[in-house]
Amino acid sequence: MNKIFRGRKYFLEAIWEGLLKISGSITSIVVLLIVVFLFKEGMGLFNSKKIEDGYSIAINKTNTLTKLSSEEVKNVFDAEITSWKALGVKMENDEIVVLRLNDVESYANEEEMALLDQSFDNLPKVINRIIEDNPNMIAFVPETYLNKGFSGKKIDLGNISPKEFFGGKEWFPTAQPVPQFGVLPIILGTLWVSLGAILLALPFGLAVSIYMSELASTRIYKLMKPVIELLAGIPSVVYGFFGLIVIVPLIQKVFNLPVGETAMAGSIVLGIMALPTIITISEDALRTVPRAMKEASLALGANKWQTIIKVTIPYAISGITAAVVLGIGRAIGETMAVLMVTGNAAVIPHTLLEPVRTIPATIAAELGEAPSGGVHYQALFVLGCILFILTLIINLTVEYVSSKNKHKAH
Amino acid sequence: MYNIETKNLDFYYGDFHALKDISMTIEKNEVTAFIGPSGCGKSTYLRLFNRMNDLIPNTKMTGEITIGGKDIYSKNILVDQLRKEVGMVFQKPNPFPKTIFENIAYGLRVNGEKDKAFIEATVEDALKGAALWTEVKDKLKKSAFELSGGQQQRLCIARALAVKPNVILMDEPCSALDPISTLKVEELIHELKEKYTIVIVTHNMQQAARVSDKTAFFYLGELIEYGPTAKIFTNPDKEATQNYITGRFG
Repeated sequence: MNKIFRGRKYFLEAIWEGLLKISGSITSIVVLLIVVFLFKEGMGLFNSKKIEDGYSIAINKTNTLTKLSSEEVKNVFDAEITSWKALGVKMENDEIVVLRLNDVESYANEEEMALLDQSFDNLPKVINRIIEDNPNMIAFVPETYLNKGFSGKKIDLGNISPKEFFGGKEWFPTAQPVPQFGVLPIILGTLWVSLGAILLALPFGLAVSIYMSELASTRIYKLMKPVIELLAGIPSVVYGFFGLIVIVPLIQKVFNLPVGETAMAGSIVLGIMALPTIITISEDALRTVPRAMKEASLALGANKWQTIIKVTIPYAISGITAAVVLGIGRAIGETMAVLMVTGNAAVIPHTLLEPVRTIPATIAAELGEAPSGGVHYQALFVLGCILFILTLIINLTVEYVSSKNKHKAH
Repeated sequence: MYNIETKNLDFYYGDFHALKDISMTIEKNEVTAFIGPSGCGKSTYLRLFNRMNDLIPNTKMTGEITIGGKDIYSKNILVDQLRKEVGMVFQKPNPFPKTIFENIAYGLRVNGEKDKAFIEATVEDALKGAALWTEVKDKLKKSAFELSGGQQQRLCIARALAVKPNVILMDEPCSALDPISTLKVEELIHELKEKYTIVIVTHNMQQAARVSDKTAFFYLGELIEYGPTAKIFTNPDKEATQNYITGRFG
């Protein structure tokens, strides 16, 4: 009888153990799958053509042009570059003439118009003739119209290169004929806003945590602690609201700007959002400084402030560093509030008073419009990968710093 | 060199009456040991001499403590100056997470000393005073945590010596040390009493007998007996003292 009982007990324990093991493994697997998915979706980007799918850039066969960068294409079709000389091509008639599909009618003669009225199957022939007659023309037309008997040259723009992606300064994912995927301004915008946030939140958060751990009476501490924790619990969209209604107009007024949606507005909102993290963690770090350490300092005739500055803070410095790094992590990944207050212009920022666009805000704002599996979609996933790597670096830094701390305690 | 005089001292942690009507005089140039079972108030009493208990909230003190004739609890006393005069060595070695040199120099620096040569000379003197100089003179720039426990405790004594106090309070300074380190610290205490008034709290009866000139026995917050160490350990007046030193309780 006794044996049976023990067997059943063991069986129950085994079930519990199994359940715990399964939930642990499932969690780890899900996290891994998310990361794999992120990278898998983004990987295709560098195998995609720069030019919009199914389209081609075509020129007259006498044209000596062989290569174009995506930025040049954009500038040509935006009429910012209008001379062939700027592209390094010598030509009698230096002016660049752009041909898009809906320009065809204005170049076609009467006979061709009649042909086109009969059937669109005649379009390739007409396009071929127009390009042949205009040596200074550059055309952006669907690939299929250039297949049969095309006498001009097609320019292969090649695939999206990592260099252009990471070093490019223009983010126009829906531009025609060549979408621009330069993520530099977005990465810089993210770092810029986060840096501003941490510069604001660090002194303030450190001051509050020192006050709470060293100076505040128990009564005040018991009052402040829940307030700080409440701060961590406010949904980010509410912070965004607050930023949009209060901080943005304030910045606009104070700095006399045309718009108040700037990196600074984002930094302030993010700074406030990072405060609870910074305060809670650095306060914990300050509290773990042994009383013996502070007493040793006081017993040598140091006053309260000397003790805080020369003993307490240095002793807790790795905890405070971890707090700051985690605060940055919070700021870098934040989406909604930043989307609402930073103005979202993908321009490389030079001051805190310019609109910027961050990685999470870009993904949130654009993923809905990007066709699944398309280049834009893939580009957004690569942005997600960059964000993931940034936060991974931050987490590893925290691990490293706190492992150093354990070392020091002995 | 100062006497420490206590008159009608009472001390409370909240409602807990920790020290009851203590009156005694601690002589200069002597080692005075406080003994008694845990919770008898001896450490609390020691920590009153450099006002360390100020840091603990919700405490109350009545009565008077004077050091060298000055009431150390009067309103116009500068607590950090008092603590310079009355150094303290703690139960566990608690060096700062700094270099050996900076640990000793700390007390000078926080008191506004800038003269580099003076600081270097004082550090050397303090380390010599704590019988640590020969062991650490080649690694002054190393972290204090690299020293052994006994060396760390002597470093803490050197740190206290560096600010040139008149009184040194020791709160169970050997409780975390091995016998050999303990012996070294005890020898050091012997040497130091030439220059300083030393008060030591200890749980170790043999240690009290070895190092002290006078011994005070505390029990449940009261000073039961105070007198020359030899007398306390051989022929105490009170039965409680007798019971404690013979190990019948405590």
